[in-house]
Amino acid sequence: MKAKIYVYRSFERFWHWTQAILIIFLGLSGFEIHGSLNFFGFENAVNYHNFAAYLLLVLIVFAIFWHFTTGEWKQYIPTKELILAQLNYYLFGIFRNAPHPTKKDVLSKLNPLQKLVYFALKIMIIPLTVASGLFYIFYRYPHSSEIAALNIESLRTIALLHTVGAFMLVTFLIAHLYLMTTGETPTSNLKAMLTGYEELGHDHQQPENKN
Amino acid sequence: MRKIFSILGFGLVIYMIALNIFSDRIHEPSWRISIREKLKKDKAPAADHSRFSQLQQPFTSPQQVTEACLSCHNQTHLEVMHSNHWNWEREEYIEGRGIVYIGKKNILNNFCIGVRGNEESCAKCHIGYGSTNDNLNIEEARNIDCLVCHDNTDTYTKANEQGGNPQNTLDLNLIAQHIGRPGRANCGVCHFYGGGGNNVKHGDLEMAMFEPSKETDIHMGTDGLNLVCVDCHLTEKHTISGKMYSLSSMNRNRVTCEQCHSETPHVDEILNEHTLKVSCQACHIPEYAKVNSTKTHWDWSTAGRLKDGKPFHEEDSLGNHAYMSIKGSFKWGRNLEPEYVWFNGTASHYLSGDVIADTSQPVILNTLNGSYQDQESKIIPVKIHRAVQPFDPVNQILIQPKLYAEAVGDSAFWKDFDWQTASRAGMHDMQLPYSGEISFIKTEMYWPVNHMVSAAGNTVACADCHQRDNSRMAGLNDFYMPGRDYSEPIELGGKLLLISTLLGVIGHGSLRIIMTMNRKKRGEK
Ligand code: HEM
Repeated sequence: MKAKIYVYRSFERFWHWTQAILIIFLGLSGFEIHGSLNFFGFENAVNYHNFAAYLLLVLIVFAIFWHFTTGEWKQYIPTKELILAQLNYYLFGIFRNAPHPTKKDVLSKLNPLQKLVYFALKIMIIPLTVASGLFYIFYRYPHSSEIAALNIESLRTIALLHTVGAFMLVTFLIAHLYLMTTGETPTSNLKAMLTGYEELGHDHQQPENKN
Repeated sequence: MRKIFSILGFGLVIYMIALNIFSDRIHEPSWRISIREKLKKDKAPAADHSRFSQLQQPFTSPQQVTEACLSCHNQTHLEVMHSNHWNWEREEYIEGRGIVYIGKKNILNNFCIGVRGNEESCAKCHIGYGSTNDNLNIEEARNIDCLVCHDNTDTYTKANEQGGNPQNTLDLNLIAQHIGRPGRANCGVCHFYGGGGNNVKHGDLEMAMFEPSKETDIHMGTDGLNLVCVDCHLTEKHTISGKMYSLSSMNRNRVTCEQCHSETPHVDEILNEHTLKVSCQACHIPEYAKVNSTKTHWDWSTAGRLKDGKPFHEEDSLGNHAYMSIKGSFKWGRNLEPEYVWFNGTASHYLSGDVIADTSQPVILNTLNGSYQDQESKIIPVKIHRAVQPFDPVNQILIQPKLYAEAVGDSAFWKDFDWQTASRAGMHDMQLPYSGEISFIKTEMYWPVNHMVSAAGNTVACADCHQRDNSRMAGLNDFYMPGRDYSEPIELGGKLLLISTLLGVIGHGSLRIIMTMNRKKRGEK
């Protein structure tokens, strides 16, 4: 029996969508700075990118706090279990309308592949992009009405690491948007992230407290 | 409850950040106040010189005027005779070469090449009288030309080819009684015409700067601040600050924007950060030669053609000389975008007699030192003047021909049009060897562009440099510049990753749709 279950709590949804918007926006402005796009104009792109970067930083601080206070961080610990089954599902099962090999519930929202990818995202790609971005901003900085510089010889390494991070984030975005449609129905994941509720096939699961 | 708090807290933080980023910290900066104070000072002479009896006696020679000046200013000649305007030579230290004595006297350029042997003509822009082709005559104080700098009547004019003497039609009494602080005209009569015509040399100093609009020069514009040269080129004891790196080498006695503006004058901190590596001029002088053309190329190798045995000249569409028998072929440009180089304030020079080892590259007559890695260096705008000039291929040194003489038959190229005799005579004057063979070699000179500053709203835009193609910084490749630079492998890898992901997604999605439709056809669920 299927039940509507509260999976994504309000902060989680807020965090998810704000982060999505910020990363899309940072990608657009960033790749304009990079010289690949022409959209805002270079000067605006720089100012917008910096502004959005600060917002993202704040959001990340709040998100880290939330993950630890709620214990949600445990959801992202990768497991070897069922990884092959999940891969097998995406490569073959999905075309035959086979059932999902893993069951989604409130205590285990992520399938093993998601765990792995999101873990890499949180532990590598986002830190890489954010850290290189911070160096990018602060390798020269105002200091008592003069400009001081960190002892960095060249921006090259920083900029290239940042670019690598950016390419990976955009790649993730594309894959993520597509995989969103592979839920129970093409829109069920989207609806869940918007409303918080999703129909999950567990009769014994009680809705969580709303908080 | 917790939800409300977290949303409120989050909103507050965003608000604080926005406030910090978007608040405009516009208040009258202290530098602007101090400039205003500086400019308010009265600069008229302390005494009315027309009332001095020494200046009312009839003058029959310009030297008499100088003697009259010195009868009161009885120590001033010592200051003047110490100055570079008088000596045409300075003591300089060049990295790797040690101490050298260089100046107009002995440095070669790629315009009229050199002064030596041509003094009588060149002295039109020397602050002295009585120069001859053998002697600049800088020993005698009575030969100091006070008036060329201090005439405030705008009537004092030096004569052509008279060793620095003024025209003999002038009212020297009137002029002597109306002297004062040098105005734009006093400096401009020489500095705007260097190289033998308006704006030939600098590109940013030309006759339009006598009475410029503020569009031409935001500082000197008569419809704006109306500054004169010596407002910035501060002067102590007749030593005027500022110098050109065509002749000088050391990082001293320079005029800087920071004299009036602070080092970090922008509201935008990203622009302030640029000041570590980018000079003010690089952004604030988006173009030079804004009014009249400046010479960009000079080819001496074509000089000497005659029509019916006579020298001639031709003009380009803007009325600039395109060819002159005495000088060769020229190219000119107007509203030019500067080129950009790193510069740490020191330069080295081709000194006459230096052997040119590599003749395949243009010889740089004044190398501006600097690089990204050098902490002292900033990017500056320059005019690069490119020339082809006479060269002795056996001794591998640049030739300084004798150009000027009063009469035909005195070996001067401008009279005889004979490279052989002119080179032999010129090199003899320089006390340098001459093999008897002449060829021509490409040379370059770097002229920092410092004037014709545009209004704050009319600077080089970010994207003029921060772009992949056509970046103004295209020539400076020793650093990473966002928007211009990238790594080929990362670019390729990134694009491949994106494209393969997109294709993968599209392929996977299409297959899913097809399979679903097939299932439907077969009546499956
Ligand atoms: C907190 C996070 C981030 C910070 C602090 C940050 C900071 C910066 C800074 C300072 C620059 C250089 C532009 C300038 O000079 O102002 C930059 C460039 C760039 N950013 Fe970010 N950024 C962040 C996140 C992102 C994200 C999420 C993306 C992409 C999805 C991104 C993509 C880019 C790209 C492509 C460039 C151009 C790199 C280059 O060509 O050198 N950034 N970023």
